[in-house]
Amino acid sequence: MSEVKYSKEHEWIKLDGDVATIGITKHATEMLGDIVFAELPEKGSSVDKDGTAGVVESTKAASDVYTPVSGEVVDINQEIVDDPSKINQDPENTAWFFKLKIKDKSELNSLMSKEDYDKFAKEGSA
Amino acid sequence: METKKTSLYQLHQDCNAKFVEFAGYQMPIQYSEGIVEEHKFTRNHSGIFDVSHMGQLFIYGGEDLIKDLEKIFPLDLKNLKLNHSKYSFLMDKDAGIHDDLIITKTNEGFLIILNAACKDNDFKILKELLKERYKMVLDENKSLIAIQGPKSSQILNEVFDGVKDLNFMSGNWFTFDNKKVFITRSGYTGEDGFEISILNNFADKLTRELINKGSKLIGLGARDTLRLEAGLCLYGHDLDKDKTPVEANLKWAISKERISKGDFIGSDIIIKQLNNGVDKIRVGIKPEGKIIAREKTKIFNQFDVHIGEITSGTFGPSVNGPVAMGYVENEFSKKNTKVFLEIRGKKHPANICSLPFYKKSYVKGVN
Repeated sequence: MSEVKYSKEHEWIKLDGDVATIGITKHATEMLGDIVFAELPEKGSSVDKDGTAGVVESTKAASDVYTPVSGEVVDINQEIVDDPSKINQDPENTAWFFKLKIKDKSELNSLMSKEDYDKFAKEGSA
Repeated sequence: METKKTSLYQLHQDCNAKFVEFAGYQMPIQYSEGIVEEHKFTRNHSGIFDVSHMGQLFIYGGEDLIKDLEKIFPLDLKNLKLNHSKYSFLMDKDAGIHDDLIITKTNEGFLIILNAACKDNDFKILKELLKERYKMVLDENKSLIAIQGPKSSQILNEVFDGVKDLNFMSGNWFTFDNKKVFITRSGYTGEDGFEISILNNFADKLTRELINKGSKLIGLGARDTLRLEAGLCLYGHDLDKDKTPVEANLKWAISKERISKGDFIGSDIIIKQLNNGVDKIRVGIKPEGKIIAREKTKIFNQFDVHIGEITSGTFGPSVNGPVAMGYVENEFSKKNTKVFLEIRGKKHPANICSLPFYKKSYVKGVN
């Protein structure tokens, strides 16, 4: 399994073979506050890099979830739809959003390492 | 314009508040526990709200002032008992709402609590209407602290002995550090609670004392979810100059005695609407499922005809689901009417429902 990469839109992505698991970062959940609604893409649909692939809503506002790479949605995490508070509890592990069969692994090259992302997130919220 | 800070700013910082600018003030939107926990803590225990950004307008006068204010507000102020409060509105001649407010009769005149974003304009309007005949002070030297929730009465009574005996929508003078404070049993969360008008220099000390006794600071975020569950209007969203109190379904707040005479600003329209009905009216709206309908969401009937708009919508932590209110054409305002909400390009089913979403638990003496 490869290292976890991060996007500027605060998604994380973990690649396992040609299937990527995608979710939102802990930093994102802290900025959003209590998450009370999640909408995921449809299984079998195709999503394009940097396109909208879902929505999360906190008590305050709605935010789009983007996909950092292109691919076909092969699985979604129904548990976070049924209980969105799970996203706040464990965002970078069990509360993943969707899995993609990715088309082009080179799309991951533009994403950030954990270290770079942490720096980026810190600067963004300063 | 520089943003203002309330006298509790340091305390908010000490409690790890996240700040937002609201009506020109740096206000806490939430603290470290977050909106949902803060909301539930208020419903189950006791929450403290810094509402010092709201206007505290003192108007000094006697019998003449009562007569003049009755030309402005649709209230029976003559028969309002000393230290008792009423919910009301400042209207224009078309009954459009400039602001909603709480007015209390005091031994020196009246105290009017105004919305932060409206207070300066209200002051100007009232000064003009009263033709500068009375001393009016929009008091910047006083803070306003609300304490809300079932444990609040007990907690506040440890500081102000006797406060637990106040009736809902009435107040009295108490002392704190030998200074006079005015406390009313009121609030805007749907819970039993109090609002304390206290000199700025003493607000921090009082609030820390209330925290030590088991209450907690609650941000504006939870204040919004609490008031929406309680079916209470937020000015600038559910109320504005294009809406009348009758359309806002607030006719209960208009004195019947005053309607029969009809000699207040906006009374022509109010009487006409009470007799002939209104085209649009404020209703509660409960989306089916979990989807949240925010302000400005369009409402459609089952034939896909646009019939209204959401004016407030969020997730209600005590309801454990989405809650909203908005205005629909009168014929679709009946409870259980099925409507559709357009959210991100898709129509989602919802039902018109009665308000509040969460049952109020005010103490005896409700109106």
